[in-house]
This record gives sequence, structure tokens and C-alpha cells, in this order.
Amino acid sequence: MNINKDQNLTSKLFLEDIEMLPIRKGFGEGLLKAGEDDDSIVALSADLTESTQMQAFAEAFPERFIEIGVAEQNLVTVGSGLAAVGKKPFVTSYAGFSPGRNWEQIRTTICLNDRNVKIVGSHAGVSVGPDGATHQMLEDIALMRILPNMTVIVPADSIEARKATLALAKTQSPAYLRLAREKTAVVLTEDSPFEIGKAQVLLEGSDITIVACGPMVYEALLAANSLAKHRVSCEVINCATIKPLDADTILKSAKKTGRVITAEEGQAAGGLGGAVAELLTDNLPLPLHRIGVKDRFGQSGEISQLWHEYQLDAHAIMQAAMKIMSRGNR
Amino acid sequence: MIEQPLDIKSLELKADAIRMDIITMLTHAGSGHSAGPLGMADIFTALYFAGLMCYNPKNPDWVERDRLVLSNGHINPVLYVAMAHAGYFPHSELKTLRQFGSRLQGHPERLRLPGLETTSGPLGSGLSQASGMAYGLRLDQQKKPHVFCLTSDAEIQEGNYWEAAMFAGKNKLHNLCAIIDRNNIQIDGFTEDIMPLEPLAMKFQSFNWHVIEIDGHNFEEIAGAVGQARAIFEKPTVIIAHTIPGKGVDFMENDWRWHGSPPGKADVIGAPPASDQAKVALNELRTLKGKIQSEHQ
Repeated sequence: MNINKDQNLTSKLFLEDIEMLPIRKGFGEGLLKAGEDDDSIVALSADLTESTQMQAFAEAFPERFIEIGVAEQNLVTVGSGLAAVGKKPFVTSYAGFSPGRNWEQIRTTICLNDRNVKIVGSHAGVSVGPDGATHQMLEDIALMRILPNMTVIVPADSIEARKATLALAKTQSPAYLRLAREKTAVVLTEDSPFEIGKAQVLLEGSDITIVACGPMVYEALLAANSLAKHRVSCEVINCATIKPLDADTILKSAKKTGRVITAEEGQAAGGLGGAVAELLTDNLPLPLHRIGVKDRFGQSGEISQLWHEYQLDAHAIMQAAMKIMSRGNR
Repeated sequence: MIEQPLDIKSLELKADAIRMDIITMLTHAGSGHSAGPLGMADIFTALYFAGLMCYNPKNPDWVERDRLVLSNGHINPVLYVAMAHAGYFPHSELKTLRQFGSRLQGHPERLRLPGLETTSGPLGSGLSQASGMAYGLRLDQQKKPHVFCLTSDAEIQEGNYWEAAMFAGKNKLHNLCAIIDRNNIQIDGFTEDIMPLEPLAMKFQSFNWHVIEIDGHNFEEIAGAVGQARAIFEKPTVIIAHTIPGKGVDFMENDWRWHGSPPGKADVIGAPPASDQAKVALNELRTLKGKIQSEHQ
């Protein structure tokens, strides 16, 4: 297995004691740092300050922390107004509520209006667990990806979430940052490269390309590790920026392997799977296997149970890969 | 900022000219809203030409300008005409309303026309944006700009509106002034039949707003209310402006059927035939001009 040295992945990648941290934690750290660097950064909360990890920012910069209350439509539209007078608002809630509830306001007052508002949706995916389907946002990537002017980022771990937050603090256009709640393996390090719009080849391989985002990146790496033992060589791409999609990196890899799997913790339709399907259809028609939720809602349960039920883990990726390989021809 | 605020007679004449331009541009466009723009012509005239608002058409992004957020984007003909009269763009451009390639989109788009503060059309979100602007300006201790948010009455039915009302009240946004076009009509009929808003003033009072009710066609009352809004430092101000939808054109006044229609498109019972509507309307407005002159001479 060829681990891409340039990626500086954690040395504990396939070890039992790999560090586990919530992805949203990195956002909280990044926001605090961004706030220190730039006093035009403001943070808006919709009554979920602690669970979206904004406590540190709120304590450090109370005058730049704005509590909106349980009002997600107001959250993004006040954000739009703040951006209109030169502020750089990060507006946060659970993904199910924002962008779940306030899509039209995001469309009109942020995207069409081209206002520099960063929408942060935490608790995305079925990994929210016991809270059940209402709180397990699966459609947010599709909802945000379809909007003109919008950038969509799904970081793989806490470190990438931190870097993405800092990078977004420096851009001038609308963006959506998707965060998961539960602890996720920290596969990247401080020295791993991050750039908005750039997909990163974590493992180099020749048989199958696995394009993953969010917590599925680690699962893809685990699957690749197992597949190597079956002499299947996987190229694993961390596609943190879903929009704009890094077409060059994905097409280059797909051209090499001839087989593509996408993996995400959301609806495969319209999400990363949808984006890659569009890319391949337009440029390099290839059979594509999309790992993701298939036109269903989530439900209460533990992560392991849910990922098994919705076929979202390393095992599911591995099975998909074996199935594709058994077809033989590329 | 205009060099010399107009006196009342001149304001009335200006409002009349703006109404005639509204009729002409809507007739030319063949679609758009009539009643709201006519009803709000006096308030827009006052804001732009009575010295109530600071702005600079030569430098639309001037940081110290007052902000005018039009929440109910569908009445944009009156905004466009007022902006043209103020010098933001050539008067001749008004006839491009709603046409392909025009900067005067069917609903206002900020990125297409310098001087617009936001993009609007979907209702109920302007007050939140205006609140965000007011909050941000106060954060920067920018004391000069005042944020005016012009809204319809029916859009108060939107939940987002009340979220904004709570936010502005909580934060005592004294640099925010909402002006509600209380004309009592909406597309499906009268507001009090469709979804009642009353008691409107009490609702805003209970949300910690300073409330002023005025005759939206009386320039002295408009100017007095805006002056009061600027002077009050304890809370945001809402001016409930009672207006007559379709004001100035007899067959349109107070008739909700003219909310979403332009002159000249369809026969409406009680109105002149479609082919004569624009002509009749313009004649009435011209006659009005005569009355204005006679009243003040």
C-alpha cells in the first residue's frame, strides 16, 4: 500500500490507539484563531453555542458573539446583513436546521446576493446517533451544492475542520462547512496540506479510486488497508471540497484505475456521489458505486449499528470494491 | 445627499412625476405590480428628496450613507424611479424594466444595479438583513448611517419577520427604522381577511419597538416620523404608514386586484378597458398635478 508521503498522515493510521476527536472541535479551535487574527469575524449562534463548539469564541470575543435564539431563518439573514457592512459572519446551528430550514434565505440573501456568510452545519450524518432521523441531516450537501456562488466543504477530521475554518475566514464568498458530532479518527496532521478546491490523494493505488469525504475518509482508508491484503490496490482521495469539485485530481485517478467508489455520510443522491457521477458522466463515463444513504431517513441507534444498517462503514466500502473487482473488466 | 431638500409643494409634484413614471414603465414592461409602488410613491419621494436620507448617487458604496433595504422587492418600480430621479442611473433606462439584459430586474438584484442594498423578492427577510446591518454598524461605532427597512404589511405574516422583530427589540437597534406599507391588501385579498395583522402597533410595542403611525401620503408626517426615529436612542422604530394602494389612480385605489397587475394587460371590472388603462391613469395623474399646484398657489 502506497501512503502518499506528501500528505503527512498520522503515524497511527492503522493502529488501535489512533486519536479520536469530534470534527466540530476543530471548527471551534479554528474559529477562535480566526477571531484572533481578524476582528471583522463575528459568530452567530442559534441556541447551540456549546454543541457547535463556539464557547471559546464567545468567551474570548463576547462583543462579536451574537446569540440569535431558536431562529434559523433569522440566523442566516442577520448574517447577510452583517456581511453587508463588512463583517465576516460564521453562522452556526445543526445542519438539520441550518441549512435544513432556511434554504430560501440562503439562496436569496446570501448566494444570489453574494454575501460573505459562512454557514456551519454541525451534527450532520446518521452518526448523530440516538437523536434519530429528525436530527440526522443527510440532504445538506445536495442542498448547498446546487446553489450558485456556494462553496461546500466537508472536512475529514478535527484537524482538517480547523484548517478549513481558517481558510474560509480568508475567502470573500458564501460557503457551507459540514461538521459531524461524534469522535472521528484523526487521520491528518498539522503538516497535511489543505486547500479549498483541492482533493488530496492520501493513498496511491491502481485498481480502484475511492473518493470520500468527512468521517468516511477514515473508513475508506481502513477499507483500502483490508483490500490490500486481498491484493486490491486502492487509491483513496480525501475530497473535502465538494464544490468546487477538484475535477483534475478525480479524473486523473479515475483514468488510471477505471473504477470509482464514492463514500459519504449523507444521501448518495445529490451529494458527493452525485457530484462525482456528474463529473464522470460529462468527462469519463465509468461505472460508479456510490456509498451513502440510499433514499432513506436515519433512525435512533449507536453509530456502529447505524453505519451497518445504512452500509456506511469500511466493511461496506470493502464489499463494494470486491464486487466491482469481481466484474473483471474495467 | 441631495443638495437642497424640496419643499412640500415640490415634493408633491415630484411624487406625481414618480407615479407617472411608474405607470409608464409598468405599461411598457407588460408585467409587474401597480398598487404598492403607487401607494409608496410619497414615502420614497420623502426619503430621497426631503433630506431624510443621506446618499450619494455618484458613490453608491459611500460608507456613511444611510441604508435603504427594500424587503418587499416586488414594489421595486417605485425604488427604481426614485433612484433614477436621484441620479443613480439615466432616466431613459426605466423603460428597460423586466427586459432581458436590463439592470432593472423584475425583482431587485443588488449585483446588477449599484445603489441597491440587497437582493429581494421572497418576503419577510429584509428586516433581518437590515437588523444585521444596524447591528454591524453599531459594532463599528459608525454613528451616522441609519438603516431604513421598507416592508409590506402582508409580509409580516412570515415567521422570519417576527424573528427579526425579536432580534431588533432585544438588541435595542436604535439605528434601525422599519417603515411598513400598511395598505391592507395582498394578492389574495385584504390582509384582515387573509391573515389578520391587527393590532399591529401593539404587537410591535410588545416587542420593544417604538411605534409611530402616520398617514403615508402626508409629507409633514413622514418627515416628522423619520426625524423621531433618528432621535430615539432606546429602541428600534417602526413607522406604520397607512397608505392607499394604487394612490393617485382612481380605478386602482384600494383595489387588491391591482396588487400584482400592470396597466394595459387585462380588462378589470370597474376599470377602463385594458387598452385605455395607462392613458386614463396618466391623465388622472396629470390632473392631480393641476390640483397640487392650485392647492399651494
